Amino acid sequence: MTATATSARSDLSELGRSETALRTFLHGLPGVDQVGAEQRAAQLGTRSIKTTAKAEAIDLAIRMVDLTTLEGADTPGKVRALAAKALRPDPADPSCPHVGAVCVYPAMVPYVAEVLRGSAVHLASVATSFPSGQAPLEIKLADTRAAVEAGADEIDMVINRGAFLAGRYSEVYDEIVATKHACGDAHLKVILETGELATYDNVRRASWLAMLAGGDFIKTSTGKVPVAATLPVTLVMLEAVRDFRAATGRQVGVKPAGGIKTTKDAIKYLVMVNETVGPDWLHPDWFRFGASSLLNDLLMQRTKLTTGVYAGPDYFTLD
Amino acid sequence: MSERVAVRKTYKLFIGGKFPRSESGRSYLVQDSNVSLASRKDARDAVVAARAAVKGWAGATAYNRGQILYRVAEMLEGRREQFVALGVPADEVDAATDRWVWYAGWSDKLPQVYGGANPVAGPYFNLSAPEPTGVVAVVAPEAPALLGLVSVIAPAIVTGNTVVVAASPAAPLAAVTLAEVLATSDLPGGVVNILTGRLPETVPTLAAHMDVNAIDLTGVTDPELAADLEVKAAENLKRVLRPAPQGHDWSADPGLGRMTSLLETKTVWHPKGV
Repeated sequence: MTATATSARSDLSELGRSETALRTFLHGLPGVDQVGAEQRAAQLGTRSIKTTAKAEAIDLAIRMVDLTTLEGADTPGKVRALAAKALRPDPADPSCPHVGAVCVYPAMVPYVAEVLRGSAVHLASVATSFPSGQAPLEIKLADTRAAVEAGADEIDMVINRGAFLAGRYSEVYDEIVATKHACGDAHLKVILETGELATYDNVRRASWLAMLAGGDFIKTSTGKVPVAATLPVTLVMLEAVRDFRAATGRQVGVKPAGGIKTTKDAIKYLVMVNETVGPDWLHPDWFRFGASSLLNDLLMQRTKLTTGVYAGPDYFTLD
Repeated sequence: MSERVAVRKTYKLFIGGKFPRSESGRSYLVQDSNVSLASRKDARDAVVAARAAVKGWAGATAYNRGQILYRVAEMLEGRREQFVALGVPADEVDAATDRWVWYAGWSDKLPQVYGGANPVAGPYFNLSAPEPTGVVAVVAPEAPALLGLVSVIAPAIVTGNTVVVAASPAAPLAAVTLAEVLATSDLPGGVVNILTGRLPETVPTLAAHMDVNAIDLTGVTDPELAADLEVKAAENLKRVLRPAPQGHDWSADPGLGRMTSLLETKTVWHPKGV
């Protein structure tokens, strides 16, 4: 990444002003070695994490979970129950930490806010006509403002993939900037929807684009398309946030979402974070898992470590 | 021309319809053959596979389960010589085949014999229906190697349970060969899972596992181990089948006890019309 490491900070902030400058910069990023990235991710996935290290990894992973429900069938009762679970994931064990955040649709934010008020659990809301992002900008911004007013302190926006794939980078850039502005104090997570970006090169470009435009987090997926978070895609994004910090001094978080269901998967991601960007990112402020069923598996593994007996799903809540 | 080298078989585990080696990589020697030595984690994997298979197997029609058990008998008949070569007497193979057929016949009859309408004092239909309890851990008896094994597996699965079988450490070859029969008889993967190795390594894990619903201790000969397993099983109120202190006569009429002790009864009240 010598090209970016040598870029002056002032250069990067000027990029958004012209389509040409943005395109030149994004297409000037070095290409991703696909085979290398996949092999590296697979190799990191073979690390064996046991006993006390595993216990720490599980607790950290629980703190990093964005407990998510994004269904048409979500009801106030269901999201309240989910928020209660976020505060105290394992009612039988007070030493179990709370999760990072609850993630819901904007219409469900007020009900979750009631439950989470005064706690350290964040309230995330998807916005900008999630999951497709195919709506006029004004509507997306109104969506964002409504979620923030209702009590969300984190906004998960989707980028305009149609514009990105058509090469209209400044349109994507401007939308992110406008959404960031609409967020006010709320943190902005930018969903790249990597399953629709087709190549790792596009993932790297979209990551840089989102960070340049002011995103506080870059997130892999909506969970609504067949291909969600994968280890190699997350590796590419982690490399991007590492290089971005080296170039600008600003740290950006990463959130893989969708398809992470087991403790084993989660620990593979944590190993990759540690090996790629280092312990600075091993904190819920800088790395999150977008997941729903993952939490129960983490709790079952945690129970296994504390009791020595394999746990069963009958003893944990259905979400 | 060089002399042909015989292909020797490694006897592997049977988990989720596949034949994996033990995750520990260990094996032990039985009758000059290498047999996988299952670990605690293999037991865990087997329970996961068994749990995943419950929905489909318990949800299959009783008639369909009966057909599949009959198919097992057909396949076993075809592999008769293979079992004889392992040292199982020919008449024991025949008796084991007949036992599959016998249990196959019970699949759609047991609910009629064991369930039914109850007379109640009120304007209600009151119906009791037997349902499978779920995942059953089974410790297979050492002898007779094949007939004993079939006599503990068939009654558990015919009603819709799935099983994790700890094969007898002394007689694992018949168990793994039976797994090959099961794998070729339309039995969905995960309904029967077979672990070979030392009982004290795998069985306590199964007895304590919160996602196992019942445990059949038939093959446990050490009374202390049996008591310990029963204590572990009490944690989540597993159904426990105790080993018979006087031993079993496996050639006798099996009776319904092995099937009915691994069932739950669902009773439904339904108002009668006027």
